[in-house]
Amino acid sequence: MQDLPLVVTHALDKTYALGQTTLKALDGIDLAISRGEFVGLVGPSGSGKTTLLNIIGALDVPTSGSAEILGRSVETLTHREAARLRNEHLGFIFQTFNLLPVYTVFENVEFPLLLQGIETGRRKQMVEEALAWVGLADRADSRPSQLSGGQSQRVAIARAIVKKPDVVLADEPTANLDAANSHHIMKTMLQLNRDLHTTFVFATHDEKVIGYLHRTITLVDGRIARDEHAGDSSHS
Amino acid sequence: MIRFLLNGLLRDRSRSLFPLLTVFFGVLLTVFLQAWINGAITSVVDSTARYRTGHVLVMTRAYAKEADQMPIDLALLGVDTLMTGLRHDDPDLLWTPRISFGGLLDIPDEHHETRAQAPVRGMAVDLLSPDSPERTILDVRDAVVRGRAPVRHGEILVGEDLAERLQIQPGDTATLISSTMYGSMSITNFVVVGTLRFGIVAMDKGTLVADVADIQQALDMADGAGEIIGFFRDGVYHEERANAVAAGFNQRFAAVPSSPTAAFAPVMGTLRTQSGLSDYLDYIDAFSVVIVGVFLVAMFVVLWNAGLTGSLRRYGELGVRLAVGEDKTHVYLTLLAESLLIGVIGSAAGTLAGLTVAYYLQIHGFNIGTIMKDSTMLIPNIVRARVTPLTFVIGFLPGVLATLSGTALSGIGIYKRQTSQLFKELES
Repeated sequence: MQDLPLVVTHALDKTYALGQTTLKALDGIDLAISRGEFVGLVGPSGSGKTTLLNIIGALDVPTSGSAEILGRSVETLTHREAARLRNEHLGFIFQTFNLLPVYTVFENVEFPLLLQGIETGRRKQMVEEALAWVGLADRADSRPSQLSGGQSQRVAIARAIVKKPDVVLADEPTANLDAANSHHIMKTMLQLNRDLHTTFVFATHDEKVIGYLHRTITLVDGRIARDEHAGDSSHS
Repeated sequence: MIRFLLNGLLRDRSRSLFPLLTVFFGVLLTVFLQAWINGAITSVVDSTARYRTGHVLVMTRAYAKEADQMPIDLALLGVDTLMTGLRHDDPDLLWTPRISFGGLLDIPDEHHETRAQAPVRGMAVDLLSPDSPERTILDVRDAVVRGRAPVRHGEILVGEDLAERLQIQPGDTATLISSTMYGSMSITNFVVVGTLRFGIVAMDKGTLVADVADIQQALDMADGAGEIIGFFRDGVYHEERANAVAAGFNQRFAAVPSSPTAAFAPVMGTLRTQSGLSDYLDYIDAFSVVIVGVFLVAMFVVLWNAGLTGSLRRYGELGVRLAVGEDKTHVYLTLLAESLLIGVIGSAAGTLAGLTVAYYLQIHGFNIGTIMKDSTMLIPNIVRARVTPLTFVIGFLPGVLATLSGTALSGIGIYKRQTSQLFKELES
């Protein structure tokens, strides 16, 4: 299942200026994530999880070092190229779902396909397929306000995977869910990982999520402290 | 994508209804005010032209300086010759002599003693000639309230208000006491054959209308007239043409300043240069621009604020769209497209509503007679709106522009958002 890496970082640094001082959020990150991985960036608050997720998601650029996503250097992308990369190859899942409240479930999931200019019939088929994957085919006409937290996050997952992206990036996807819904969500994503070979990258410190990960990259103070695959352990 | 945006607009009232109502009412008021001010200006200009100055006006230079005093001792002489020349040189205008005069109207009782008296402002016009231009310009027959229009010499009309005050009935005898052109006393009997109301307070308060030949005889003004007015045959004031006619005339009759008769040489003025109308029209023009401008600026500020509020309220939505991979320019353009749609619909509806109100007031008018009861301005009691081609666009284009520019300005914030902060923003 695993072949050439989709995400490669080399000596990746990210520094923020805070008044007179600077804060090093990422410090010399060397990382490779291959197709089909189910990997988590874990660590305490301020360890650099979200910063790394931002760079992998072409939402931010490194201060130094390099980050390649699908063979494209993030630091050389224009805003428009980065947006196109996100639109075509990346999916995002947020902690607070962030569904568009005035649109139906169907329309929320359909939105990324509209940006790609996919024709109506094919779009409808893809949305129905995505909703079926997350078990919400019967809620297509509902509004987000009519859904539970777990259902809302499943819609967000459908929105992330409807275009069959290479990588789905999820920042604390279970933080606003109870235990039962958290497990349900994780199982859904795991199933999609198996069926669609979609790579999932999580930023989390939720033990319930960590239990499902095939690979756990632990960040401490912007450095990779551990990089463990399920069943074995290795130190970076 | 268009359906997606339309659904958003239809379902989110604060995204559509508030801006739509703002544009609607702003445009409605702009359209209505433009038509109303335009109607009022047109009424004043038309009334002034018909009742006082014509489109162009010939007087002696001395008379022109004191025109408000109606100084008939400074009146034009040799009017027939002047009229022949004017009709020949400028046939696109109707030419007719008028005499404005003042006097005392005495109403005798059955014993020929004074029953009632009142000062009057008289207007002598050509009432009796079969081809009189006054049938087009003044048309007193339309203004007759009781009785009839004069058909023979010695007959006059008096204002209905004056008639009521002096209890004059059609058929009564009235004596005009005035002074001749040469300063002698003039006492002439007339028969009041009707009363009239022009619908203009300044004209109806104490007006007497007589035939010009009768007044020439009464005031010893043979071949004389206070003024000769010229009126464009289509009834519309053409300023450039009027200026050209006046310039040509004044060149022909240029007087040598040192000549003893220079004060009595004829001079021609235009509607705009008479009765302080120039200042008035400039003032009204500036006022209408300010009124329309204030509405547009207010509308722009409100819509800009609505855009800012909308951007804040849709902060999450726009963040998700950027994260999902929508280009910032595309997001910005979709916001502009939404505002264009709202601007077009709101402006079209506002224009339609404004035109409806304006058309209603163009037909029925609004009676301001009681407000203007002491006015000396020649403004009709019924002021009507006037719809012109400009009325159709004066609200629509700025309405669309204000909506677009409000959104364009408030939407710039999209370009200032940092994608690196999206996760943080969307999860707070």
